[in-house]
Amino acid sequence: MSINPISFLTRTRRPGRLDLTDILSWVWLIGGTLAVLLPVVWAGLSSLKPAAEITRFPPTLLPRTAIEQTVPGFDKPLSLWQVTIDGQQREMAMVRRIGLKAQVVDPANPEKPISVDVKSMTPVQRLTVATENYTDPLIRFDFLTFLKNSVFVTFVATLLTLLVNALAAFALSKYRFRGDKTVFVIIISTLMIPLTVVMVPAYLVIVGVGLVDNLWGVILPTIASPTAVFLLRQYMLTIPDELIEAARVDAASEFCIFWRIVLPLTAPALAVLAIFSILWRWNDFLWPLIVLSSRENFTLQVGLNAFQGEFSVQWHYILAMTFLSLLPVTVVFLFLQKYITTGIAGTGMK
Amino acid sequence: MAELKLSTVNKSYGAVKILHDVELDIRDGEFVVFVGPSGCGKSTLLRIIAGLEEITSGTISIGGRDVNHLSPAERKIAMVFQSYALYPHMSVRKNLAFGLENLKFKRAEIEARITEAARMLALEPYLDRRPKQLSGGQRQRVAIGRAIVREPDIFLFDEPLSNLDAALRVQTRAEITKLHRDIKTTMIYVTHDQVEAMTMADKIVVLRSGRVEQVGAPLELFDRPRNLFVAGFLGSPRMNIIKGKVSGIGEDGIVIDVGNGGRLVTDADPAGIQMGQQVLAGIRPAHFARGQDGLPFIVQYHEGLGTETYVYGSLEGESEQIIIHEAGHFSPSPGERILINSTPERVHLFDPESGLAFGRRQGRL
Amino acid sequence: MATLKGGALLDRAVETVMRVVEAPVNAMERVLGRKRMPWVFLAPNLVLFGLFTFIPIAISVGYAFTGGTALFVSDRPFVGLDNFRTLLACDNYLRPGTCQESLFWTAVWNTLWFVALNVTATLLVALTTALILNKAIFARGFFRAIFFYPVLLSPVVIGLIWKWFLDRNGLLNAFLQMLGVPPETFLLDVGWSRFFVVVVSVWFHMGFYTLILLAGLQAIPKDLYEAASIDAASPRRTLFRITLPLLGPNLLVVLILLMIRSVQIFDEAWVLTNGGGPGTANSFIVQYIYQMAFGSDLRLFGLASAASVLMGLVLLVLTLVQLHLGRRMES
Repeated sequence: MSINPISFLTRTRRPGRLDLTDILSWVWLIGGTLAVLLPVVWAGLSSLKPAAEITRFPPTLLPRTAIEQTVPGFDKPLSLWQVTIDGQQREMAMVRRIGLKAQVVDPANPEKPISVDVKSMTPVQRLTVATENYTDPLIRFDFLTFLKNSVFVTFVATLLTLLVNALAAFALSKYRFRGDKTVFVIIISTLMIPLTVVMVPAYLVIVGVGLVDNLWGVILPTIASPTAVFLLRQYMLTIPDELIEAARVDAASEFCIFWRIVLPLTAPALAVLAIFSILWRWNDFLWPLIVLSSRENFTLQVGLNAFQGEFSVQWHYILAMTFLSLLPVTVVFLFLQKYITTGIAGTGMK
Repeated sequence: MAELKLSTVNKSYGAVKILHDVELDIRDGEFVVFVGPSGCGKSTLLRIIAGLEEITSGTISIGGRDVNHLSPAERKIAMVFQSYALYPHMSVRKNLAFGLENLKFKRAEIEARITEAARMLALEPYLDRRPKQLSGGQRQRVAIGRAIVREPDIFLFDEPLSNLDAALRVQTRAEITKLHRDIKTTMIYVTHDQVEAMTMADKIVVLRSGRVEQVGAPLELFDRPRNLFVAGFLGSPRMNIIKGKVSGIGEDGIVIDVGNGGRLVTDADPAGIQMGQQVLAGIRPAHFARGQDGLPFIVQYHEGLGTETYVYGSLEGESEQIIIHEAGHFSPSPGERILINSTPERVHLFDPESGLAFGRRQGRL
Repeated sequence: MATLKGGALLDRAVETVMRVVEAPVNAMERVLGRKRMPWVFLAPNLVLFGLFTFIPIAISVGYAFTGGTALFVSDRPFVGLDNFRTLLACDNYLRPGTCQESLFWTAVWNTLWFVALNVTATLLVALTTALILNKAIFARGFFRAIFFYPVLLSPVVIGLIWKWFLDRNGLLNAFLQMLGVPPETFLLDVGWSRFFVVVVSVWFHMGFYTLILLAGLQAIPKDLYEAASIDAASPRRTLFRITLPLLGPNLLVVLILLMIRSVQIFDEAWVLTNGGGPGTANSFIVQYIYQMAFGSDLRLFGLASAASVLMGLVLLVLTLVQLHLGRRMES
């Protein structure tokens, strides 16, 4: 395929002419891309700004911080500003600010402070990366705990989801027994009852089994999934029955047939399911919100929400942790995006 | 020991009866072939012996013990499936080892058996490959190897050659027969191909619609078919069937009038035969000879294969196709009239209603 | 040599784990017999469904017909249809202020408006994008991936990102100021907050539906378009007379799916609007249920369950329609 970008861009319905629809299409696509990327990138860049700078309006694009300089005669370093004095731009250090006026001194000549209008000042800044926005919450605000909890929930839930649903799919695809159709219908019927409809009594059940405010209480209801059973069953039906018979002739127990023959052969479907399970468990919010009440048990999403509720104006921390939450997903996406998008289009899964 | 005995075995799926009162006695070390057209129940019977299907009624015993409720492995059988059913995610070595590992054999014993089987079947170069890296013939040998390492009492083969091309089929046929000579274990082999049955079997079981039509050695079934079906099934091209009427019963034989003045003499047992009775005479193509007298045969066309010729036509005045077989070259013209005849012991007699063959005259075998 | 040994060790470890898991299940098989094993395999699934779907349904019904604040149904007094009556008691259904449970009806109307707007907007955006991507020759995979990216993010993350974007000192206001428009506190304004809840929801889920519609578009045979162009059909006619009708079943399925999802809106809206604000402008049904049951120790499980039952019925109808359509599509 020719890689001539010009010919690419101008390849249209009527070759040689740029159609109006084509222009609009490009505008849509580019606009959409910006719409998707802008909020995310903006959040990321903002998360690198130090606390003092983050609420500056109008905001700067790149993270910057004020350059400070130690000026003789003053205890603490003073921020540098470009000040217009008598028509001249001079670099001055600010001593204090009162309302619309600021007191500035020449760093070289700190004896005489001058009072200037705030409006005539612009900060002198350097590029910076405020890594403390990331390290502080991890160390001081329990975010490491939240992260740990999320990893635990995601990992265990995914493992159990794969195992439990594969077992059920195996039973429903490779065995004929009385009641097998009924069981299948029962399982599929639970599709019609999303969590939001039963979340209140489900909470009662969790209380009843003593798993309230417990990560296992978050995990257990998410394991049995009718969609997973359905999909795995469809896949297992394509495994030839003769393989299973050969295994029986080879003295394999029923579970051994599942564990050593059918499960390995179902690997592709299990991989897709694993990806979705990881995604859903990592992003779960409502159910963990209901079940968990102690801070040390919060998953990342619940913790993030609680944090922004308590520290509602400390955006530098909030954004840093938000960005941290979406990093793993983004990285995985960059590597697996082709696989994921074709997989979903193929199955049209919920 | 591994004798297999089936008594009044019946199999039904719901309302549909697949096998009717099957009785079978197989001695230890025999090579038995179940043969019959599609849907005759031969595969079902094999799977029942294997323990992969349940009997609806009846008993199976192996080596004298009732195995009705035993799993396939407990029956000490091994099976070679039509599609080979090799575990695709395991290497050849692991495929061979799987069954033994399930039976908790020691590592050393497993390795010894694998080595021996690999040697017997020339599988050494492939032991660490996956099935999809092997050719059809190689996969088949692995499937056989998987059965060999188990050292079963009975080997079961379910149409193992049907996925191979003609040349490979002939070669593998010989290999399986040689295997049987070497390890001398009971083998039960299912096929729809009567050539395989004739060449490989010690004993053939012919099945049709779930019933055993006849059991016996290949040549016995060939020379003395019990009914029309067996007569027509074994032997290629199939036996010619000619309608006729008994016109004479005497010491030399029974005379059949086939119309248009044609006569056949057969040495069937006269007991139970009456004058004027409608009968069917069966003569194999190769058992016809050209002669000075006999039945008038009008040639339609012929196929000359060099070593032999098949001539297609019909008896004068009849429309049913008759095939005759001549050794060597023979090129009759279409429409040519030839006289063909056969010897009495080669004319089989069948009852048109029951299809059963009339017995041979006593004293003759 | 080292890797060989390491590989063999790993094999042995995996093998041991597998044996450990197998042992108890094989013991069960010896006790129960081969025939019963399918039930053993189904057991975990059935137990979990029983615990977290079927028993909750029963309890929900129990809650809906009882009152009080006790957690266990047996401790609650039977009140018959009172909870439903309370919920449905209104002088004027169009004005939540006149209802006994004004919060519930506010939530219902908010949800209805949201469903209508969200479904329309998402469908239009997804359809347009799918149509464009279907024709795109250049970098289709790239754009498809970009638009799908938000689907992978958590609703909390999305709520916070957009909260920041719409902040008084945020990027949107910076743009506006560049254009000479005075900055707004969007999330504190009833109209704007509702607008942006829809925008965020579309932004969040659009990629998913685009994929489904794109698959549907690509299933339309190319020769139909060629025949149309031989028949001198303008692009517009092709779109409305060929493409859209053939996409029809697909569109219908997406529509129902969207409706089912939209009715259950909660996570990202809750985070974005700080709990349904300003006031109750963005308070939706799921939030109502949550607040009645778990919010500030209200523990009004009866009302919450009655509302859950009503919402469940609506969703049930929608799901049945969806299943029916799905079966029709396959035939």
